[in-house]
Amino acid sequence: MEILTEYGDQLLTAFIRTIQLAALSAVGALVLGTLLAAMRVSPVWALRTVATAYVNIVRNTPLTLVVLFASFGLAQQLGITLVDAKSPTSITDSSFRLAVLAFSLYTATFVCESIRAGVNTIPVGQSEAARSLGLGFTQGLRYIVLPQAFRAVIGPLGSILIALIKNTTVASVIGVAEAALLMKEVIENTSALIVVGLIFALGFMCLTLPTGAAFSHLSKKLAVRT
Amino acid sequence: MKLKSLIALPALALIVAGAATGCSSAAGSEAQGVEARAEAGQLTIGIVFDRPGISQKNPDGSFSGFDVDVAKYVAGKLGVQESGIKWQEAPTAQRENLLQNGQVDYIVAAYTINDARKQKISFAGPYLTVGQSLLVRADNTDITGPESLNGGKKLCSTAGSVPAQNIKKNYSKDVQLQEYDTNAACVEALKSGAVDAISTDDVVLAGYAAINAGKLKVVGKPFTKDSYGIGLKKDDTAGRAKINDAIDDMIKDGSWAKAFAKNLGPSGYQQPAAPAVNRY
Repeated sequence: MEILTEYGDQLLTAFIRTIQLAALSAVGALVLGTLLAAMRVSPVWALRTVATAYVNIVRNTPLTLVVLFASFGLAQQLGITLVDAKSPTSITDSSFRLAVLAFSLYTATFVCESIRAGVNTIPVGQSEAARSLGLGFTQGLRYIVLPQAFRAVIGPLGSILIALIKNTTVASVIGVAEAALLMKEVIENTSALIVVGLIFALGFMCLTLPTGAAFSHLSKKLAVRT
Repeated sequence: MKLKSLIALPALALIVAGAATGCSSAAGSEAQGVEARAEAGQLTIGIVFDRPGISQKNPDGSFSGFDVDVAKYVAGKLGVQESGIKWQEAPTAQRENLLQNGQVDYIVAAYTINDARKQKISFAGPYLTVGQSLLVRADNTDITGPESLNGGKKLCSTAGSVPAQNIKKNYSKDVQLQEYDTNAACVEALKSGAVDAISTDDVVLAGYAAINAGKLKVVGKPFTKDSYGIGLKKDDTAGRAKINDAIDDMIKDGSWAKAFAKNLGPSGYQQPAAPAVNRY
């Protein structure tokens, strides 16, 4: 109880940071993932190969390594810090943006595979019909296939979002002040491993349970009925 | 769904049971204690595996460092040979739990004595006085101490650690803090020029300066004062008295100074005075 009163404000700030990380990364992952999925189902060999290679490499790399690579590889070795180096908060901003980048790149692979699975549920007749109407590949994908594919995979996308929310805890390894980093501080100060762990687990459930409920509701509501 | 809950329930029960035993053994009445364990000729000692000069796991599987030497000396005084010691890694967040659950007999792991921890476990010692200090590249001349940390200097510290919190609280106007999950990552960032200095306990920094002699150096006077103690179970008063005696002996017979010189001497870091054991 003392822990809650003492760290209440910081808990809120930290979880807001977690939500920001998850929300921005989710948008990034959705955009990039959709693009990758389009590449993987495209008739162009080069696009398919590039997208397949990307998905297989990034998806099979541990997330901690992806995040560390963003900080050590991109920022320190290549100088891609995503911020103005003279800004007084350059380190905090840089870590946050690099983390969003890393989560987006990583989660996009899972989004891509989900959407590709969704595309596979659409009968071939649909794209054949699109083609006979005079639509090209991109148009057919955009107006006929993807809208139906998305509606088929809302459930799986929800699971990916939940995984992403929990994955944001990895950002503490490069010093993003989200929930997991605050947890380390509180454990260091109070030595109450189990209590503090439970508080943070509860905090994450407050984020993930509604997300799961919302997505299963949406997936039922928006399912394509045949 | 059914299968999931079938698996989840026993798992949850295990976790709850684990937590419960953790609590009960903390208040446990069966005084096993370090002495009893030592009489059986076996001790499990908690250390860290990745702090050069303090305690480090070597490529051949052996352990070396100042903490390791202290732990061995204490074990020797308790009558346990080196071959009877089982080294166990004690990560920062788990140290109190390892002691409370009896998974380790005592911990010598750059373990700072403080009141929150004293409520859970007890400390023998201190065996070393330390303070927060700064590590910089050897060619750096403009950082000489915490008062020279202004103008947006970039500082690195371990995520969530007390030194990092201290920087945030007291120097946040002057410096930018980069947190990484390990000191080793901070050292890499310092070498690559991404940060200007690393801040944590001076002896830990001295260990890194020693293995990077000529490249990194410790600067300025320590700006906090802390003590490292040997952690053991809270109710083990007899064991604590024994370990305190051993630390006293180690300081008196010169082994303490020898161990310091051997492990942390090469950094050029000045040996602090031996602390007085606090028999609270």
